[in-house]
Amino acid sequence: MPAFVLSRILQALPVMLAVALIAFTLFTFVGDPIATMLGQEFSVAQRDALVAALGLDQPVPIQFLRFIGNALHGEFGLSYRLSRPVSALFAERAPATLELAFCASVVALAVGLPAGVYTGLRPRSPLSRALLTFSLVGVSLPTFLIGSLLILVFSVWLGWLPSFGRGDTVQLGWWSTGFLTLSGLKALILPSITLGLFQLTLILRLVRSEMLEVMRSDYVKFARARGLRDRSINFGHALRNTLVPVITIVGLQLGSIIAFSIVTETVFQWPGMGLLFIQSVSSADIPVMAAYLLLISAVFVTINLVVDLLYYAVDPRLRAGRGH
Amino acid sequence: MNTIARAWDSDLAYSFRRSPTAVLSAIVALICIVGAVAAPVLAPYNPFDLASLDLMDAFNPPAFMPEGSLAHPIGTDDQGRDVLSAIMYGARMSLFVGVSATVFSLLLGVLLGLLAGYAGGTLDAVLMRIADVQLTFPNILIALLVDGVARAALPRDLHDQIAVYVVIFAIGISDWPRFARTVRGSAMVERNKEYVLAARVIGIGPARIMLTHVLPNVLGPLLVLATLNLGLAIISEATLSFLGVGLPQTQPSLGTLIRVGNDFLFSGEWWITVFPGVALIAMVLSVNLLGDWLRDALNPRLR
Amino acid sequence: MAAPLLEVRDLVVEFPGRRGTLRALDKVSLDIAPGEVLGMVGESGAGKSMTGAAIIGLLEPPGRIAGGSISLGGQRIDNLSRRQMQRIRGKRIGAIFQDPLTTLNPLYTVGDQLAETMRTHLDIDAAEARRRAVGWLEAVGIPAAADRVTAYPHQFSGGMRQRVVIALALCAEPELVVADEPTTALDVSVQAQVIALLRRLTREKGTSVMLITHDMGVIAETADRVAVMYAGRVAEIGPVKSVVKAAAHPYSAGLMASIPPLSHRVDRLPQIDGAMPRLNAIPQGCAYNPRCPHVFDRCRVERPELLPAVETRAACWLFDSHAPRERAHV
Repeated sequence: MPAFVLSRILQALPVMLAVALIAFTLFTFVGDPIATMLGQEFSVAQRDALVAALGLDQPVPIQFLRFIGNALHGEFGLSYRLSRPVSALFAERAPATLELAFCASVVALAVGLPAGVYTGLRPRSPLSRALLTFSLVGVSLPTFLIGSLLILVFSVWLGWLPSFGRGDTVQLGWWSTGFLTLSGLKALILPSITLGLFQLTLILRLVRSEMLEVMRSDYVKFARARGLRDRSINFGHALRNTLVPVITIVGLQLGSIIAFSIVTETVFQWPGMGLLFIQSVSSADIPVMAAYLLLISAVFVTINLVVDLLYYAVDPRLRAGRGH
Repeated sequence: MNTIARAWDSDLAYSFRRSPTAVLSAIVALICIVGAVAAPVLAPYNPFDLASLDLMDAFNPPAFMPEGSLAHPIGTDDQGRDVLSAIMYGARMSLFVGVSATVFSLLLGVLLGLLAGYAGGTLDAVLMRIADVQLTFPNILIALLVDGVARAALPRDLHDQIAVYVVIFAIGISDWPRFARTVRGSAMVERNKEYVLAARVIGIGPARIMLTHVLPNVLGPLLVLATLNLGLAIISEATLSFLGVGLPQTQPSLGTLIRVGNDFLFSGEWWITVFPGVALIAMVLSVNLLGDWLRDALNPRLR
Repeated sequence: MAAPLLEVRDLVVEFPGRRGTLRALDKVSLDIAPGEVLGMVGESGAGKSMTGAAIIGLLEPPGRIAGGSISLGGQRIDNLSRRQMQRIRGKRIGAIFQDPLTTLNPLYTVGDQLAETMRTHLDIDAAEARRRAVGWLEAVGIPAAADRVTAYPHQFSGGMRQRVVIALALCAEPELVVADEPTTALDVSVQAQVIALLRRLTREKGTSVMLITHDMGVIAETADRVAVMYAGRVAEIGPVKSVVKAAAHPYSAGLMASIPPLSHRVDRLPQIDGAMPRLNAIPQGCAYNPRCPHVFDRCRVERPELLPAVETRAACWLFDSHAPRERAHV
């Protein structure tokens, strides 16, 4: 087990390094940080001092190492646009994004999994066909459009739910939460549905196709030939075997929820990391972009690792060696 | 060979006729494509002709509402532009970017896939590792990064001039791995077949073997992938434009129209954003349904 | 013969397809007596496995029983509801599939799979099921059964897995076992052991077996009677010795002649010219008529029923005692 975890971590390292290199390249070679930070007028002495302070006079590999060292300490420099430390900006906005992503994941899993199992078990029932059509529409609907339509119906026409922002938040230490106030909870509903819907349809379709695949397998046929009851075949034998591939994809989907929140946050003016990122893209705010890139990669690598560990728990073939 | 091709053709045609969804989505897709491509001919107005715009016409509701008029069947926007015409021109832009980006991904994916599959070894390992990493990130994020870098690296006016191509590149570069994987898998299988070995022995070059033996084997899956990818690419472009980092205001796509219209949701002029949205959904949904049908039709095992 | 355990009468299985309905089985009739081993032979696609699947009620959709009847111990089982059939499968009819690598659920221990099957059909508690699971593993010759009961399928070799499958098929003590190519996927070296095990266990328990295989050697050694299938029909059925030594139907005769003899070397084995027709192109009359060396006019028009031949029953007009024999010249 520890060897397995270690090998997975070792495999993730080159990926993180590659992403760090891309972020570093962005940081160092795209745009001109000196000009951005000093503004229009500066003396040569001022310039040299800043170059030395930023370590820009060092050889590139040294600069890269420093970049990684800083990144490990959460140091990503100053935002060009806001002139504040990038780390502080992210710390401020992380709770908003994470709470939104959490609620969207709950929406996607709570509906997507059962619907996928159902459509896989009863592929010919009318409800399955309806669900499948719905899922295809879901895949074809751009996230921002879902958001706009939800706002139009529930905020503008019906006036039930807020159309932007987080509502009232409560500060718990450095974490600001919208879970503890009514307006905070109401503000979460539309963005969570918007963000979760796409992943919901993907999860539905994936679980369905895995379920269909497993239902065709010899061991399910054999389970039938043994006269086992439907419930045991469907939920014991079939569902458990679909878990392995489903965990992988669902894990990755949940990871991309955080990345996809860029769009949802823009639609709902949700003060999270995605909105910060999109603002930095349109104003070419490289330090923020670089930090976001590294952050998202770290999230993905972590999720991958968790997925591998879950695999290990579900599939005995990974746990034990062959034979005795 | 000819008879096989004919039988395959007729099977496909048969399953097309038998599927109402396929026929219906083909019709909708055709309407969208014709309306978009022939916009300069078919559109009632030219939304880019500033001389024809009249602010007195601004915010006209659709014809079926009171105060609406048949002159602008689905209303006008804040500038007095005919929404229908704007949609047709916008769809033209969306379709152009979507198709170009898909073709770009397809060519890049096929090339890299063949290289990886045929060369094997280190090149294969490196290419596929890149593809793996890229596949774990949502394509919209990659497109955003590419676009952001282009913005930072290029002078502003130059960037605006070539914005369309930047967007095509940004979307295209984010979607190649799936094409590459499909082609690579097939290339690796074919590479070890005896007739390929025989062909190599008699001195036929790898490029020719790839083109004549490997590619024909993956045309079906590639077609399915390309169709589904077209829908994705159109969504990606619309999303970029909606976020305000895609196409410039001077070359609006459906995404741009929806973003502009979004500002008027609250003041009640919903049609400025809803109709471009409906057009976008119709286009993407019909293309996706066609791709879905095509995948099932070419892969009978799944039925 | 005693009252048959299994009676299949004029069984018709059809597959509705987009280009018309295919008849996969066309009026198949056969019996299996209690404790008897009936071998089913024939080429791929002749309908051996299809007959087995129809009996255990697991035809792949859209295939369906379109006519005839299947009775087990005098009770019709072809028209039972899903739930009633579930109580028969495993409990009264066991099944063994071809590939032991794919028939066992990879995520459950073999003990769990055995216990689950027994607890579904027998009124026993978990501890008893556990105890019996170990007993069954011992009975099928798994060494150190008490330890191996908690092992997963991937920890067994192919032959050992097929032994587990046999234990699973027999553990609820069914009256009949349908074994569909039980040794085809195994190494040649373990095939004989697995067949011997199956024969020994079923003989001990008095279980009837329908043994589906294309391996005539296995049939000759194991079966009491044999049914030869051709193009979805039974061509000949009778005691195994008679069919092997003195087949009446020209097709079975050809099939038996193509088995290499062990006693002496031959340079060339006889073969049957042509190929079995596809299901959508079965000729009128006897399905074998285009390939038959003894074909005459009636064979091309009228389909023969199973008729008493010398020692067997054969679907061939050569044995119609009521009609004059009009043989065509070959």
